Amino acid sequence: MLALFARDIRLSIRAGGGALTGVIFFLAVIATIPFGVGPDLKLLSRIGPAILWIGALLACLLGLDRLFQADREDGSLDLLVLGNDRHMLALTVLVKCIAHWAGSVLPLVVAAPLLGLFMNMEPLAIGATALTLLVGTPAITFIGAVGAAVAVALPRGGLLISVLVLPLTIPVLIFGVSASYGATANPDPFLQPFLILAALTLFLGVLGPVSAALALRHGTD
Amino acid sequence: MRLIAENLGGERGGEAVFSGIGFALEAGQALVVTGPNGSGKSTLLRVVAGLLPKAEGRLLLEGGGDEFPSIASACHYLGHQNAMKTALSVAENLRFWREFHGEGRLDVEEALETVGLGGIGHLPFGYLSTGQRRRAAIAKLLVSHRPLWLLDEPTAGLDKASEGRFAGLMTTHLGDGGIVVAATHLPLGLDGVNELRMGGAR
Repeated sequence: MLALFARDIRLSIRAGGGALTGVIFFLAVIATIPFGVGPDLKLLSRIGPAILWIGALLACLLGLDRLFQADREDGSLDLLVLGNDRHMLALTVLVKCIAHWAGSVLPLVVAAPLLGLFMNMEPLAIGATALTLLVGTPAITFIGAVGAAVAVALPRGGLLISVLVLPLTIPVLIFGVSASYGATANPDPFLQPFLILAALTLFLGVLGPVSAALALRHGTD
Repeated sequence: MRLIAENLGGERGGEAVFSGIGFALEAGQALVVTGPNGSGKSTLLRVVAGLLPKAEGRLLLEGGGDEFPSIASACHYLGHQNAMKTALSVAENLRFWREFHGEGRLDVEEALETVGLGGIGHLPFGYLSTGQRRRAAIAKLLVSHRPLWLLDEPTAGLDKASEGRFAGLMTTHLGDGGIVVAATHLPLGLDGVNELRMGGAR
């Protein structure tokens, strides 16, 4: 399992891996917002957390279609499915998700504080947004894994996965953004939405890999 | 160890590709599956491996013990694709599969020597030629132990010398009590094997 994690991380860093694409997309989205909205610093800092979350969400979806498709194309997926007796397939999927998250999504979380400066956000708001992103983005990867597993046989499944997955990620977005606001706006609570966000990640961390494994198991042809 | 198939039927997309296939292989026996394109050789191998559901019939592996309780856990499946990452080096690829599959046999360098690729383990897999890639995929069979080898066109792209070397590897595997099921158009150079001729093209 550790070998699988190490392999996927290595692949995401090597040429052709998705580690940088997401960050550059994220940067492009956030950097253009101030130009579109105009130089209203108050407005920017107010919408900052929401924009960071939306940008991160879309950047997360970007590389998801390759999660299983790359393995399917070179035949590795067959062997991963056959290994079910030694390494339960759901666990294999979980490890692949975690590796994908660490390789392609964690850089987004790291870049978020820097991009928060573009949005004229206060240090506290930046910290809260980065923290909620850290806790919430794994949930997006787990949901995305289900979409990626369902669409694994489709040659151009990228857009389909985004359409399938986007509605399901809305709760994560809502609680992520409301927790980020809760940290700065006084009457709003921080802890409750944050805990729900953490619960979502944990819940989807089980449900996602199990359903994705089911889809992969029946998707081999 | 015995691999038994009775009255096996397979389908692709709801359409029957073959039916009524039966064989029984003891340890040390090989089965060569031949037949024209579209006769269902690859489908048969995928059904045996468990990658495709069987439409009818029975498949079982006897005497696998705790180590190899099912066919999937007892087999190496070598399909048309080599299951190697082009961005990683040959040695990295093999090391990954060795750890993932478990039951380590030869180490990576030895396996590469055995298939005649000694000293190129550091090259990215994507730099290799078709035949070299196939040989690296064959080395994957050697780094971890599985009694049952399911091979789909194993010698496609190999030169004469490599074909001979691969025949030797299969003979050694059979001598150790392994079982080989290979779908192929080319003679594999194995002596006294059972042959299964799949029906004509539809």
